[in-house]
Amino acid sequence: MREIVEALEEKRALARLGGGQNRIDAQHKRGKLTARERIDVLFDPDSFEEWDMFVEHRCIDFGMEKTQIPGDGVVTGYGTVNGRPVFVFSQDFTVFGGSLSEAHAEKIAKIMDTAMKIGAPVVGLNDSGGARIQEGVASLAGYATVFARNVDASGVIPQISVIMGPCAGGAVYSPALTDFIFMVKEESHMYVTGPDVVRTVTHEEIDHEGLGGASAHTVKSGVADLAFENDVEAMLYVRRLLNFLPSSNKVPPPVRPNFDSIERVEMSLDTLIPENPNAPYDMKELIVKVVDEELFFEIKPDYAGNIITGFGRMNGQTVGIVANQPMVLAGCLDIDASVKAARFVRFCDCFNIPIITFVDVPGFLPGVNQEHGGIIRHGAKLLFAYTEATVPKVTVITRKSYGGAYDVMGSKHMRADVNFAWPTAEIAVMGPKGAVEIIFRSELGDADKIAERTEAYKGKFANPFAAGRRGFIDDVIHPHSTRRRICKALTMLRNKSVVLPQRKHPNPPL
Amino acid sequence: MFKKILIANRGEIAVRIARTAKQMGLTTVAVYSDADKYGRHVKMCDEAVYLGGSLASESYLRMDKILSACRRMGVDCVHPGYGFLSENTKFAQALDEAGIAFIGPNSDVIRLMGDKIMANRAAKEAGVPTVPGHWDSIPNPEAAVEIAAGIGFPVMLKAAAGGGGKGIRIAHDEAEVRDAFRMATSEARSAFGDERVFIEKFIEDPRHIEIQILADKHGNVFHLSERECSIQRRHQKVIEEAPSPFLDAATRRDMGERAVALARSAGYDSAGTVEFIADQRRNYYFLEMNTRLQVEHSVTEFTHDIDLVEWMIRIANGERLTLDQSQIQPRGWAIESRIYAEDPNRKFMPSTGRLVRYREPEESQDVRVDTGVYEGGEISMFYDPMIAKVTTWGRDRDAAVALMRRSLDEFYIVGVHHNIAFLTALMANPRFLQGRLSTNFIAEEYPDGFSPAPIESADIDAIVAVSILMHLRYLYRAKEVSGQMPGYGRKIVPDWVVSVNGTHYPIRVEQFVGRGSEEGFDVTREGHLLAIRSDWQVGEPVLRCTINAEPQRFKVERAGLGYRLFHMGADVKVMVYTTQIAELAKKMPERKPPDMSQYLLSPMPGLLQSLAVEEGERVDTGDELAIIQAMKMENILRAVRPGRVIKLHAEPGATLSAGQIILEFEQNEVPAEA
Repeated sequence: MREIVEALEEKRALARLGGGQNRIDAQHKRGKLTARERIDVLFDPDSFEEWDMFVEHRCIDFGMEKTQIPGDGVVTGYGTVNGRPVFVFSQDFTVFGGSLSEAHAEKIAKIMDTAMKIGAPVVGLNDSGGARIQEGVASLAGYATVFARNVDASGVIPQISVIMGPCAGGAVYSPALTDFIFMVKEESHMYVTGPDVVRTVTHEEIDHEGLGGASAHTVKSGVADLAFENDVEAMLYVRRLLNFLPSSNKVPPPVRPNFDSIERVEMSLDTLIPENPNAPYDMKELIVKVVDEELFFEIKPDYAGNIITGFGRMNGQTVGIVANQPMVLAGCLDIDASVKAARFVRFCDCFNIPIITFVDVPGFLPGVNQEHGGIIRHGAKLLFAYTEATVPKVTVITRKSYGGAYDVMGSKHMRADVNFAWPTAEIAVMGPKGAVEIIFRSELGDADKIAERTEAYKGKFANPFAAGRRGFIDDVIHPHSTRRRICKALTMLRNKSVVLPQRKHPNPPL
Repeated sequence: MFKKILIANRGEIAVRIARTAKQMGLTTVAVYSDADKYGRHVKMCDEAVYLGGSLASESYLRMDKILSACRRMGVDCVHPGYGFLSENTKFAQALDEAGIAFIGPNSDVIRLMGDKIMANRAAKEAGVPTVPGHWDSIPNPEAAVEIAAGIGFPVMLKAAAGGGGKGIRIAHDEAEVRDAFRMATSEARSAFGDERVFIEKFIEDPRHIEIQILADKHGNVFHLSERECSIQRRHQKVIEEAPSPFLDAATRRDMGERAVALARSAGYDSAGTVEFIADQRRNYYFLEMNTRLQVEHSVTEFTHDIDLVEWMIRIANGERLTLDQSQIQPRGWAIESRIYAEDPNRKFMPSTGRLVRYREPEESQDVRVDTGVYEGGEISMFYDPMIAKVTTWGRDRDAAVALMRRSLDEFYIVGVHHNIAFLTALMANPRFLQGRLSTNFIAEEYPDGFSPAPIESADIDAIVAVSILMHLRYLYRAKEVSGQMPGYGRKIVPDWVVSVNGTHYPIRVEQFVGRGSEEGFDVTREGHLLAIRSDWQVGEPVLRCTINAEPQRFKVERAGLGYRLFHMGADVKVMVYTTQIAELAKKMPERKPPDMSQYLLSPMPGLLQSLAVEEGERVDTGDELAIIQAMKMENILRAVRPGRVIKLHAEPGATLSAGQIILEFEQNEVPAEA
């Protein structure tokens, strides 16, 4: 018996060593942690339970049968983040370059299946050279096995991908199917085809970082949500994101004790809106002053800055926040902003996270690029997402809410539950100047008359009361009381339930 | 007594005057400009009158508008505060003619003291020592040399029409006088259109000491001892105190008596200040007399337990002073710090913007905060960028300084740059603590500008203890989250590492159960115990605690995954890791910030007024590249080394933020290191 126990310990020790000390040192030298070290940072101390440590590949071609490393290039299992269960797979670059074999994929599929059954998030730490070429189509099938799990799990459990090394070709599509993608600066790349192929095919010169580095995807493509300095930081931020998320779609978002009074007033918000209607202000100040303890976890901060998305808490419970940012493109909705916000709204709706919308939107961004780029189709995504969402929805219009963008941004008509406006709100088809120039085209030559008409228009529409008369907003509130009013509305909406019509699934624009 | 007062000022001084006026039962009337529509002084007063545009010349300096406001509102007296119209003879006269009392001295004495030459003569006649000098215009360099020799070197040549340090030259010998005379004359001609130049003795390492005077309309005059205001930057006072650490009893008495003599002979009849300049051998000379309330009057109010504004109002009403000199004895020590919206790391450049957060220390018997701002208000470019002044009192200088440090630590200001860290560092500066001051103090002590105080090793203990307390408070809260696996909650381990600006400090922690502020942790670092106790709750910006029973305060905020602590002028970033994660964190590579040397970056927010170069142009070291307009000043940016401009990133007329790229140089091949 004792020998068997010793053999077990030996086998475990061997598995823990992965591809061996030399490869571990090489990983460290590149400034990277090993698969297991990453898990140590991710989970609460001593909480990780490893599965499938003894899985080995079954390839007998190209001499592969002679090289067997227990675990086969991926560490899987579960642990806790502040006591809540979370599943993980962490690809081990020291073992066959983290390449994905049939067995490797089966390990991932196994933890995903269990995560789905019990309702717990999955975190994927990607650090892999790609398919295990020696295994041929079996490896491709492995990828597909994971893709299918990603699709099944979508909207059931939160899925977070962290790119911590290369991620190229078909491998990119597993992260792409998940809810959030984090990247580590200078050590992670994502692309369908690499710089060499790009050079051959299109003669474009670009390096790995430029083509698919953290900055390329968090600033330009919008593929990734956040970029981090190093592995430790990335893992700690995954913890922080998980703290906001419910474990599955069957449970409400987590609640934690809150020391920030729901009655807190912020007098300074009364002066947030500048006197000049065209002057920008920082919408983040409003967000930060409304949420608990000024803690706001922004998603995609470096992409489409004209709209802000992210998580906060109100009275200890997670909320999703969508807000126009007047400091970027005057807060106009464009293609990127629409898609960014639509995806965020849909995530919140999947996971019972109430949506708070702060509106200051002068309209959709005009331009040939926008039109030909399909702003109609992309703008419709946001409209679709807001309307479809059945979670509690609270909207606050701070200033401009013009035209179609008014409808889109969580308006009453798109079934928001509680709509507030600040006294500075202007809800209209367009701004006073443009409107008067159309309505009174015949008087355009007469500056005095136009000025008079503009004043009259302002009196009629450049305020929240025209909308208030029709019940399109529920109340005009003092800016300083915004937190209090939202907290109360959310509490009132806690048991909101909506029955959607029977259908296989809707057909949103894509 | 008066019934209704108009306060012809704004900001903290208007608020301060309104406070006393209200206590005295007067109805208060504020005036305001566009920028001050929601000003604290407007809110505080019973009534308010709109004056006009934000520029002072369209509002607070518009005598006609203020006079008509006075008539319309039916006020019977006006307090001008400081600055603006406070020393304007015409304003005092016009009010007089309208039958409205001007709360300040009579217009004759304002006129007298407003004229440098006449004031100097009056001082001399009253027996007040004046700076040796020649106050008539000087015809030629030879005459200048002769006069300078008579006064004794070093001497200072000053433009008659000068001000703000312009046209001032210092000469140490005859040759220098000749050069200085030529240059000062031509500078004066071009700057002021008046080439007259005076010569006076140059006082080395001068100290600025002033005497507070109180005089009534019945010939009663006394002084309320001195204030020292030597700590200055850009010719503006930053820290003032009473008494002066420099004066001995005899000099103090002497200065006071002479100041009183001057006030008496000039027919002074309000609160006023006689300013002196003193050399390091306690020779003192008359500088000027300010015929108004001073910013720094609060220190005198503390040490003499008097309300100067109240007395100004009473005197204007014709009342008699009820005290005489023999009954006046200063008590303890008071210090005032001026909190400015400025960047001490950038040569004290003024900073403007929205006060996203503004919290001040709590006032008490010994702490006073005067301010005209509020959270959500704007520090605008139109007026003095003072945010607040804080005055503390103690039985002695050390006590007042200690209280000042604690009070400064309690300010919480976000949105503009401010000088809190600088002021806190001053309060710990050894030379300041010894009282060895001079008006060159800041220039001498911080020759390369100010940078936040380095962390003293003694402070590491406190920083470590506070950091772990914060981290564990967050952790204990996180432990309470819903949805945990029953029986498998978050374990809190005893071994931690606090990383302070990148240096790791291992510690062992044990929870200490107490009540309220007795709750805390016993932290062991390098074998010694740090018992930290605090009732701080997550999210609070100021953390009050005791460490080994010693009370401490920190300003704290969450910064990314870690924390940022401000304490005694130090600004520290900390991370708290478990021992295991700390080991892994050590393995992480240091990412160098991107090399921006091929870019010209805007050093401040402002307007790009002009670009002096075009794409493709070669420039040499010192060539003008661009002009940025900020705070009404033109700032010329010059090339720091030769290069070729390859791209312009901003166009003239663009609004720039600090650090924004203006243009790009060709990237030079960096020679490989040998």
